Amino acid sequence: MEISEVPQDNNRMLGGHRKAVYARDASGRMVLVASSGWEVEEIVTSDAVEQLNEQASAARRRVEAGLSSPLECWMYVRRMDLLLLAQSTGLWRWRVRRHLQPAHFVKLSPTLLQRYADALGISVDALLHLP
Amino acid sequence: MNARTFQHSHAAHCESGVMTNLLRHHGVNVSEPLVFGLSSALSFAYLPFIKLGGLPMVAYRMPPKAIIKGLQKPFGIKFRFEKFSSPEAGQRRLDALLQEQRVVGLQTSVYWLPYFPEDMRFHFNAHNLLVYGKEQDEYLISDPVGEEPVRCASADLSRARFAKGVLAPRGLLYYPKHIAHKEVAPGDVTSAIKKTVRIMHAPIPLFGVRGMRTLARRIEKLNPAAEDTGHFIGHVVRMQEEIGTGGGGFRFLYAAFLQEAADMLSRPALAELAEQLLAIGDDWRAFALAAARMLRGRDPMEPRAIGALLRKQADAEYKFFHALKGAAT
Repeated sequence: MEISEVPQDNNRMLGGHRKAVYARDASGRMVLVASSGWEVEEIVTSDAVEQLNEQASAARRRVEAGLSSPLECWMYVRRMDLLLLAQSTGLWRWRVRRHLQPAHFVKLSPTLLQRYADALGISVDALLHLP
Repeated sequence: MNARTFQHSHAAHCESGVMTNLLRHHGVNVSEPLVFGLSSALSFAYLPFIKLGGLPMVAYRMPPKAIIKGLQKPFGIKFRFEKFSSPEAGQRRLDALLQEQRVVGLQTSVYWLPYFPEDMRFHFNAHNLLVYGKEQDEYLISDPVGEEPVRCASADLSRARFAKGVLAPRGLLYYPKHIAHKEVAPGDVTSAIKKTVRIMHAPIPLFGVRGMRTLARRIEKLNPAAEDTGHFIGHVVRMQEEIGTGGGGFRFLYAAFLQEAADMLSRPALAELAEQLLAIGDDWRAFALAAARMLRGRDPMEPRAIGALLRKQADAEYKFFHALKGAAT
């Protein structure tokens, strides 16, 4: 990659930040160049972000239909999955899966609610409602 | 070494950037490519049994902490690593070290760092940054992937240090206790290069060139019509370009190291190989572009074509590292 080929595509995923890449200057030396991003990176990152957002909105619809608890929606909003939420709370995966069901969620003790709220970085009050 | 004199500089990759800034602070004149090459950090690994958000781990570098540890021998550095059982203890210790005017390295999650752009915040736990001070409740942070130093509230930093999950940092902090020498011996450069050749030629089908071929086989088997196929190849490209690699899955960064090594050792052959690696890096970029075009639907989705491109990279790198071995002996 030559310096003139370093992409400056204003990748909107970078939020105005610039990243450092290495490219060849006129004398043939590799040097550090700041890049505002590459369209390719924007495509793959936005694909990953959209996938996460879709999971969150699918969960939101399930909660609104009474099929799932707000915990599931918060989990995806925080870009987690079942495994990471279980690891973050120190609970077994099957227990977390149970708590995603509305019937079990409403019976959760304040201690457990607090544990989920801490792992998700929100208040217990927020956890009881949709984000 | 007074932390107030600390100088931040922008880097392609977090761990090599942290070590470059940290060593420079201690009076060792190094560049990021030298740090990266000397620690034999270049690699390839495809680990289908480690899942990140449901997708397999694909890495273009050695595992976290390899760069820090790889510098211990060439510079005779004694590092102190500390992990903590509670966030409170971790923060107390960090504050005490900052009181002593030390610059401290931390392993953190990316997701919980509020200064990161929203769309770049994923649950990745092996990010590295330096802390060089504290003002009121804010830490002064040198995050090498950013152009300027930043500030971060103590509660946020604490959360990022004690995030759970794959590669959980458990509050890890590190700083050098002693640096024996500030110059690099030629023998350390050649043995670092030879180590990288061994890794890339490893006889295990998950690492190096053979790892690329295993991944190519996996990609070729993907169903072109399935929605997950796009996510899978997009994920590979993200690991190659997005996660602070300096472009082309660290290949450009390593080419810069080979140029530097050619000068240090007066071996022009290494500079010629740097040119070859530059061309290989450009092909990695072409691979990323082809994958992204399919993902966006600008080209029809053809996993077999992507797999074939990856095989071509594996063949080119096999030859390249064979030649590199000759030049470093």
